[in-house]
Amino acid sequence: MARGSVAVTTERCKGCGFCVEFCPTHVLALSSAFNRKGYHPPHMIEPDKCSGCNLCGMYCPDFAIFGFKTAETKPAAIPAATEAPAPSEAMEAKEV
Amino acid sequence: MHAEKESVLTGIHFINGDTACCEGLLAAGAKFAAGYPITPSTEVVERFAQRAPTVGGLFIQMEDELAASITLQGMVWAGQKSFTVTSGPGYSLMMEHIGYAAMTETPCVFVDVQRGGPSTGLPTLPAQGDMMQARFGSHGDYSTISLVPNSPQECFDLSVTAMNLAEKFRVPVMFMMDECVGHMTEKVVIPPAEEIEVQPRRRTSKPPDEYLAYEVGEDLVPEMAHAGEGYGLYITGLTHDKKGYPLMNPKQQRELIPRLFEKISRAADELTIVEADGVEGADVVVVSYGITSRVAMRAVHLAREKGLKVGSLRLICVWPFPEKLIRQLAPKVKALIMPELNMGQVVIELERCSGGKTNVVSLPHPGGTVHDPLVILEAIERGAQ
Amino acid sequence: MSTLIEPTALTNPVERVLRNDRIPTIWCPGCGIGTTVNSFAYALMASGADLKKTAIVSGIGCSGRVSGYVQLDSFHTTHGRAIPFATGLKLANPELTVVVYSGDGDLTSIGGNHLIHAARRNMDLLVVCVNNMIYAMTGGQAAATTPGAATSTTTPYGSFEPELNIPQLVDAAGACYVARWTAFHVKQLEKSMTEALKKKGFRFIEVLSPCPTLYGRRNGYADGLAQMKEYKELAKVKNGAPTYEVAITTGKPIIVGKFVDRDRPDYLTLMRSQLGAHYHEIAEAGVGCGDDSEGKEGCCSC
Repeated sequence: MARGSVAVTTERCKGCGFCVEFCPTHVLALSSAFNRKGYHPPHMIEPDKCSGCNLCGMYCPDFAIFGFKTAETKPAAIPAATEAPAPSEAMEAKEV
Repeated sequence: MHAEKESVLTGIHFINGDTACCEGLLAAGAKFAAGYPITPSTEVVERFAQRAPTVGGLFIQMEDELAASITLQGMVWAGQKSFTVTSGPGYSLMMEHIGYAAMTETPCVFVDVQRGGPSTGLPTLPAQGDMMQARFGSHGDYSTISLVPNSPQECFDLSVTAMNLAEKFRVPVMFMMDECVGHMTEKVVIPPAEEIEVQPRRRTSKPPDEYLAYEVGEDLVPEMAHAGEGYGLYITGLTHDKKGYPLMNPKQQRELIPRLFEKISRAADELTIVEADGVEGADVVVVSYGITSRVAMRAVHLAREKGLKVGSLRLICVWPFPEKLIRQLAPKVKALIMPELNMGQVVIELERCSGGKTNVVSLPHPGGTVHDPLVILEAIERGAQ
Repeated sequence: MSTLIEPTALTNPVERVLRNDRIPTIWCPGCGIGTTVNSFAYALMASGADLKKTAIVSGIGCSGRVSGYVQLDSFHTTHGRAIPFATGLKLANPELTVVVYSGDGDLTSIGGNHLIHAARRNMDLLVVCVNNMIYAMTGGQAAATTPGAATSTTTPYGSFEPELNIPQLVDAAGACYVARWTAFHVKQLEKSMTEALKKKGFRFIEVLSPCPTLYGRRNGYADGLAQMKEYKELAKVKNGAPTYEVAITTGKPIIVGKFVDRDRPDYLTLMRSQLGAHYHEIAEAGVGCGDDSEGKEGCCSC
């Protein structure tokens, strides 16, 4: 029985694989699906093993995944997740 | 708003321009400053280091001018009025941060006690060679204000004005002294605090959720919030939107940069600060600024003794240049004569604004000392013919 | 099976301190800067710092963008000058907690002098230096931190300049807290940042971070993950290690840990103690004249 789970904001994911590699219980894998930018976001392949430790969340450089303990799921105090924001219209340019 | 009593050294003093400048900035409400020693400006910060702690402020001597010129901006965003002081080589190092202050609309004053250059040049002798640098020194395009005092008294009075204008327009203001004015000791009258008008920080009255850091009203100057006030500021030197967020595209550049010019240019009349003496009906007008104006005045008096109709126009605010005034004046005179302690800088603008309507005579001088009044007199005589 | 997990009703806890309208970040896939931001976000929450009175200052570069993703008072300043700007903030409002978050090129090369002197003054700042060993934003030029014979766009035949040992530099200059971690050490980094946030004086944390696009690609790393795995493999925790022994050498163990943790009075404390009665208290004494008949005609020989 899983003690935790993960939530993924797929559109934020850049497919670096940090979460997959450093998950201590090897819960995750990069999926074969694409997000809008063409990256493969992670999904749970061994959901039962998830402890909700959030190490995936600590590693994710794009704030796209986090883990949580299932006992604490959906406490009323936490506001609803927003839609993944559309890519900034800013034209980012090189500096310096 | 009036100056704070505790910061104002009311009385009649016999002090030099550097000291008077320090007192003026204190009176204007600056309690914090950062600097780096450089001749001939050091007396300003030496004085400030002594005075600031007594009014709850401080002076920090930074490791270089690069640091000083941005430390002061940190002080401003923390809610204080601040300035830095330097001379030629240090002023060169500060250029990037003048641009940063212009871009982020950080109100502050840069004091430059000009000396002979380029490079190390003449550290202990006067020049006015940084005038174009004051206008165009930082990269990119921006508009600021430059004031030029010609006496210790004016170093006091005008440094108050400099800080006030910085706060009013949210721009870095250049206070362009020179070695002569800085080291000249004269009588300086410091009025009572209640007679000194001080422009307070233009702080927003909006709550954080309604506040946009770069939203402007009619005068195109945004209102400020400070770090630590709960506004979640985002201040960047990148081209930014009203929130302050980076937005780097031609459209946003067009929205932002012309406004930085316009907030100054639409106040052109207010910023036409000159001292005119006998300009009406004159055949020749000597246009000068800073220490050179005092020499020019001597030449004007000599010319008048010879019966010539000569006027003197002293530019107190050099940037923005009093374009309208010159355009009106040029067709009325035979010649405009401009002595400067440089090889001809502000005269370029004088000539442009004269539009070919009069004879513009440049009297360049490489600096190290002031003009010989007789050289100016000779130019007046030639111009009057 | 390839069903994607959709966002749930939960939010990522770090979003409490992020500017969510700025995400996605500009950082490349596999860049470690965002990873360090997670540790920082948790440290901010754990430290109990008043976020309304906390400012973050960055210089220029990839890591210089951190300030703009954190929901604090954010100042993205000029290249190399984050520390002096932060110094101004702190001095003019000592109530502020001021964090400098920037890159290796920004803090140790163009801004190296400010780093030394802020440490010497023991200015009350936390400085986080993300070290990706390269000038990334500009396209992968060699930095003062580029190790060994690494290839960069300006060292196409391999670098031959010895690299800077940053912890040793700030230790020698007088920093009261010096640590180094890597983007792999997320928990240790969080703990270290929390500890440093609570401490007074000049605190410095170096974090090694992968730069797959501009460092890794030219130096034998397939992606950011490969660099992360190398950190895991080569890192050796040595708390209290003498900083002269922690230089980074290619292929050798990467020494991480808390190297320095000492107490000495910070700048403002020293200033107040030195100034004593000259500070503030004698504000009404007519200073500058040395003449008790202050404010009157002829009062002054100053």
